[in-house]
Amino acid sequence: MVTAARVGPRDSDGRDRFRVELHTDLSKVGYVVEAVINCCNTVAAVSTRTQFRLCTVVAEAVANAMVNGNRNDPNRLVVVEVEVGADSIVIAVSDEGDGFDHRLMPDPTHDTLLAATRGRGLFMIRSLADHVSFNDRGNTIWMTLPRC
Amino acid sequence: MAFSANRVASGVTVVAVEGQLIVANRQELKQLMQEALDRGDRKFLLDFTKTAYVDSSGLGALVSISKKVREVGGDLRLAGLNEDLRSLFELTKLDTLFTISETASEALAGF
Repeated sequence: MVTAARVGPRDSDGRDRFRVELHTDLSKVGYVVEAVINCCNTVAAVSTRTQFRLCTVVAEAVANAMVNGNRNDPNRLVVVEVEVGADSIVIAVSDEGDGFDHRLMPDPTHDTLLAATRGRGLFMIRSLADHVSFNDRGNTIWMTLPRC
Repeated sequence: MAFSANRVASGVTVVAVEGQLIVANRQELKQLMQEALDRGDRKFLLDFTKTAYVDSSGLGALVSISKKVREVGGDLRLAGLNEDLRSLFELTKLDTLFTISETASEALAGF
């Protein structure tokens, strides 16, 4: 079980913020997804389409943070911050790793990579989120999705 | 999240993917499929009717399973993907690697 904690009251722009912090443990990924969906639905029910996109990008980003960022080290933390606004939901996922250069990721739909068993995560996030950005170090990803 | 396998009269092993197929449970599906291959099953239908979402690890597991089934001359089909999951297969172009049917009954008829 993973719970998202509310961070302060609704701000003057009408945004609600939540935070989940957990140690690296891949068995918890599904619970983090549930926690994020629950806190979004606390503010207002999200559409089925948005829920699918949210579930997928959160699962993807948290798994990436644990595996590629924290190198599966159970002592390292992953932090998920959720900001629910009137029109959009912004999810930030941070790890304690060294970061990576997101510009170097190959296109998994290229013929030579089509049958690969890895390497689709970031591509899926970019395809499902409206906007994706990273910090300079490359250990925090921000993903913006529509609220409805 | 769970997987349930059921061998139907036509000799097809139908595996239902319930909830999600993600990094946390993909190994469970791979193991279930390997055990079925080891006991001689060769026709498989993965039913996604009750699947909420799939991450890239889940897709990778499907690719891996597909290779193993092909290696032994078997047949793997997918069915029951909702519109969002179908789009996911299309945008990753994995729809070109798998035989995908609208419904489980359509897929079963195709074996």
